Amino acid sequence: MAPKRQKSPSRKTGVKGKVKDNLTPSPMEKPDHPDDIYPIVLTTATQELFECCIDEDVTEQSPYKLLEKDDIIQDIKTRAAVSDFHPVKQFVLDYPEDEILLVFDVDFTYGQSFYLVLTPEAKARIYNVLQPPQPEIIVLEDDVSKTPEPKPWISLGSELEVDQESVKETREKLCYKFDLKRRPGLPVCFSDRNSTEAECRSVACPSYQDSRFSIKQMQRDCGMQAVPKLQSSTAQTERAVQRNVFTQYEPRELREKEKENILRSEKLKKFVNSVTPRVLHALQQAHIMNVFTDDFKALGIGAEASDQLVMVSEGLKLQWTFTDEKRAMGKKISSVSWHPTIHGLIAVTFIKKQEEQLDKSTVYINSPAFIVFYGFPDQSNPRLLLECPDDIFAFEFCPSNPNVIVGGCRNGKVVLWDISFHIPHLQGTRPNSKKASDSDSDTDTFDLGNKKENKTPVMSYCAVSSIESSHKSPVTDVQWLPKTFEVTRTGVPVQNISNMSVQVVTCSPDCVMFWDLRVPKLQNQFLADRKQDVDQKTMMTPYSIPTTFKHLDRTWKPLFRVSLPKIDTSGEYAPLKFSLEHYTCNSNTGRNTDNENDGAEVLPEYSQLRIPSAKTLKTLDDVNTKFYVGTEEGEIVYTDWKLEEDEFGRKFSAKPLLCFRTHAWFVNTMQRSPFFKDILLTTGGWNFAIWKEGVMGGPIFVGPSSEQEYSAACWSLSRSAVFFIGRNDGSIEVWNLLLNTSEPTHVHEHVASTRITCIKPCITASKQHYLAVADNLGVLRVFNVPKALRSPVKNEDLNMQIFFDQENDRLKDYLEWEELWAKPRKEEGESKKQVEPDKPVTFQVDSEEADLKEYSDYLKLEESILKHTGL
Amino acid sequence: MAEVEETLKRIQGQKGVQGIIVANSEGIPIKSTLDNSSTVQYAGLIHQLVMKARSTIRDIDPQNDLTFMRVRSKKNEIMIAPGESICWELLLNEFHSPKMKRCYSS
Repeated sequence: MAPKRQKSPSRKTGVKGKVKDNLTPSPMEKPDHPDDIYPIVLTTATQELFECCIDEDVTEQSPYKLLEKDDIIQDIKTRAAVSDFHPVKQFVLDYPEDEILLVFDVDFTYGQSFYLVLTPEAKARIYNVLQPPQPEIIVLEDDVSKTPEPKPWISLGSELEVDQESVKETREKLCYKFDLKRRPGLPVCFSDRNSTEAECRSVACPSYQDSRFSIKQMQRDCGMQAVPKLQSSTAQTERAVQRNVFTQYEPRELREKEKENILRSEKLKKFVNSVTPRVLHALQQAHIMNVFTDDFKALGIGAEASDQLVMVSEGLKLQWTFTDEKRAMGKKISSVSWHPTIHGLIAVTFIKKQEEQLDKSTVYINSPAFIVFYGFPDQSNPRLLLECPDDIFAFEFCPSNPNVIVGGCRNGKVVLWDISFHIPHLQGTRPNSKKASDSDSDTDTFDLGNKKENKTPVMSYCAVSSIESSHKSPVTDVQWLPKTFEVTRTGVPVQNISNMSVQVVTCSPDCVMFWDLRVPKLQNQFLADRKQDVDQKTMMTPYSIPTTFKHLDRTWKPLFRVSLPKIDTSGEYAPLKFSLEHYTCNSNTGRNTDNENDGAEVLPEYSQLRIPSAKTLKTLDDVNTKFYVGTEEGEIVYTDWKLEEDEFGRKFSAKPLLCFRTHAWFVNTMQRSPFFKDILLTTGGWNFAIWKEGVMGGPIFVGPSSEQEYSAACWSLSRSAVFFIGRNDGSIEVWNLLLNTSEPTHVHEHVASTRITCIKPCITASKQHYLAVADNLGVLRVFNVPKALRSPVKNEDLNMQIFFDQENDRLKDYLEWEELWAKPRKEEGESKKQVEPDKPVTFQVDSEEADLKEYSDYLKLEESILKHTGL
Repeated sequence: MAEVEETLKRIQGQKGVQGIIVANSEGIPIKSTLDNSSTVQYAGLIHQLVMKARSTIRDIDPQNDLTFMRVRSKKNEIMIAPGESICWELLLNEFHSPKMKRCYSS
C-alpha cells in the first residue's frame, strides 16, 4: 500500500486564483512566506501516513522529507476534503516532478509546523543549499567504484598466425546418401554381423602415401628446452675412530724413594684398612665353597651318566688289523704289548700252535721266531723284527727303560733285547737313509740296496740265559720288578738305589725265578777283560748286536728260584701266571728326581752296574713279598717269595699261604686293577674271579660260569668298573661290575674269527683308547674304545670301592656262616658215615618211613585245601 | 707402614693366595710379592681392565662406583680392589683346582 503521503500544499504560480481561495483561511501567513512556500498543517494521522512524524522521522536536524506526488494525489482522492493536502491539490497536480519537498518548520517561521515547497526550483534551492556535503560524497564514491575500462587492443601480428593455424574448411563437406530400393512387403531377415570379421570388413579409405605425390617437409616444428645438467654427489670427511693405543718398551716403574713415600702415606693406610674386609670376605667365600665348579657340567647328564643307553649303540670299532703273512702263517699270537712311550707301537709274538709242536727239531730250523713290532698305520709291514732263539711265550718292556725287552721262550730261556738303536726308526720317521749316512761301515751299500725294498730291520737278541739255569718248561710269564725296590739273593726286598728296573721275575710251570740284569758280584774278574771291549764304542750297524747285555750273555743265572710246594699234598703247583704287588715308596724322592733326570737322557750302562751287596742296602719292610700265582689246574696260590732257612741252613721256599681252586682249567690272566692296588682279576677255564689282597678267605667275587671258555682278560685303563674278557669263540665280553654282576654288559660277537689269546688296552690320547686283541690265527686287531667305555661315570672309583668292600663283607659273612654250620654238618656227615656201615638197612627203612609220613602229610594238606575252596 | 705390611702379610698367608700386587692409579706397581716380570705384566693388564670396568659402571649410573672385582678363570682367580684414585690391590688365587686322576698301568 503506498504510503500515504502528507502533502503540503505547494504553491504554483499558474494556479494562483484557485489557490488563493483556498489559502484565504491562512492570510496571516501570506505576507510571511514567499509564494512557492505553502505552510501546512499535518495531523498526526497524516504524519503517520507519510512517515513524517515530528521528532521521529522529521527532526530539527533533518527537517526535510521528500514526498511522492502520487501518494499525495492518492491521499487527496481517498480522503477528499478531510485530507490535509486538499488545499494544495492543484499545486500538487501541476507539480512537474515526482517528489515534493516537505519541510518541518520548527521555528514556525511560516506560521505552521510544516511547509510544502511548491516549485522545483525552490526545492532545489532549499534542499541543495541546506545539504551541500552530500553531493560531494557521492562524487567521491563514483570515482572509487568505477570499473577499469578495457584498453584498446594493440595488434602485434598474432592474429595472422592464429589465422594461419586455424583450420578452416576450404570447401563444403560432401554428403552422400545411399539408398537401396526395396519393394516393401518382402520378408525381412535381420542378423548380426560383426564388423571386425573378415568377410564383412568395413570398407575404409585409409590414407596412404602416394608415391606420385610427395611433399617435402621443409619445416618441422620441434620443441626445445634447455635443461640444466644436474649431478648429485656427496662428500664426507672420514672420521677416524678414536682408540687408545700405546706402545711401551719398558715398563714404567717408580723409583725406590717414591715407593717408600707412597707406602708411608696415610692414604694408603686408609685404603688398605677399608679394602681388607672385602678381600677377606671374598677369600672366605672361596674357602667355603669350591668356586671353580662348573655348574653346567655338574648338571650334565650327557654321555657320562647313561651307560646303558650309549653302550648299545656304540661298540668297539675296529681300527686296524695287523697281519704279517710271512711270519704269522700257521701261528698264533701268544703275547701282545704296547710300547710304553712310543704311541702307536705294538709288539706281538708268534708261537706255533700246539699241534705242530711235535717235531721240535725241524721247527728250530725252518721258521725262526720273531717279536714283531707293528706301528700305526702301516698294517702289513712291521716296523721292526726282533730275533728270538725260540718262540716267545711272554715278553715285557722295561718300565724304566723302554728300550729293553725281556722275553721268555718255549725252551725255558730268558732273552733280552736292546732296541735303542732302532728307536728313531720306530718313532715313525723312516730314517733308513739316515742310518746309512750315519754309519761308515762297509755295509752301507748293502743298506742302500735294501732301502728301496723298505725292508724291516731285524735285530737280534742281546743276551740269553744259560741253559742249565733256565726253566725246564716254557716261560709263561715275565714281569719286571718296579724300580722302587729290588730283591736280594734270599728274596728280601731292599732299596733300589739305581732307580731303574733291573730285576725280572719269570715263571714257568716248574717254578718262579728272579733274575737281575746287572753284573753279578762273582764275575768281577771276568769282567776286567770284557770291560775294555765295552769301552771301545764300535759303530752300530743295523745287523750288529748291541753290547748292552753282553755281560749276561749265556751266563745269565737267576738270583733265586721260588717253588710252590702244594699245601695239602706233595708235589708242586705249576704256575702259569703271577701277579706282584707294585710297591711305591716315597722315601727317596729327593734323590730319585735327580736320578730320573739323568736316567732319562743317558742310557744306563747295565754292564757297569753291579749287584750291590745285600748288607749295604736298606731293607724295605713294608714291601709285600707275597704274590699270587695262577696254576695250570686253575688254582690261585698266594705265597711268599722270600726264601726260608731250614734247620740245615738251606734255602727253600715256604709253603703257600692260600690255595683256591676257583677255575676249572688253565689260569690265563692275572691282572691287578689299575685303580686299586689290591684288587686282582683272574680268568681261567670258564669263569673269572676277583681277589682282594689280604683277604684270605677266597675270591671276593666270582663271576658266573659261561658257556664259552675264557681265554684272555684285561682291565680298562680309564674306568675302574670295566674289564674286557676274550672268549674261545672270538668274542669279547665287556663287563661293568657297577651295572650288572651276573652277565656281561655287552658282548661283541665274533670280533676275531678264532680264540682270542690276548687283550691289551692302551691310551694314546685322551680321546684315543685302543684295545689290542690277538687271536689264534696270528691276526692282531686294534679297536677304538668308544666314549662310553672310556669315560668314567661319576664317582665310579668310589662305587667300585664300595662294591669291593661289600663283596668282602659278604665273603666274610659267608665264611663265618660256613664255619658255624659247616662243623655240625661235618659231624653229622661223619656220624652218618659211621652209622651207615653199621645199619644200612635201618637207614633205608627209616628213610622209607619218613617218605611215607611225608606223603600222608601231603594228602592231608591237600584235603584240607580242597575243603577250604569248597570242592 | 707397618700396619700395611702386616695386613698384606696376613692376606698373603691365607690359603691359596699366590701373590699380592699393590699399584697406583696409573698401574705402576708399588709393592708386590711376585717376581718383577709377572708383577709388571699383571699390573699393566689389570689396570686396563679396571679402567674399563669402572667406566662401565659409571656410565650406567654416575653415582655408582666400582668396589670390587673378581676375575675367575679355569685355573685361578684374580681379586681386584680398586681404591679412590690411588691404589688397588690384586690377588691371585689358585686352589680348588680339579683333581687329577691317577692311573696305574699293570
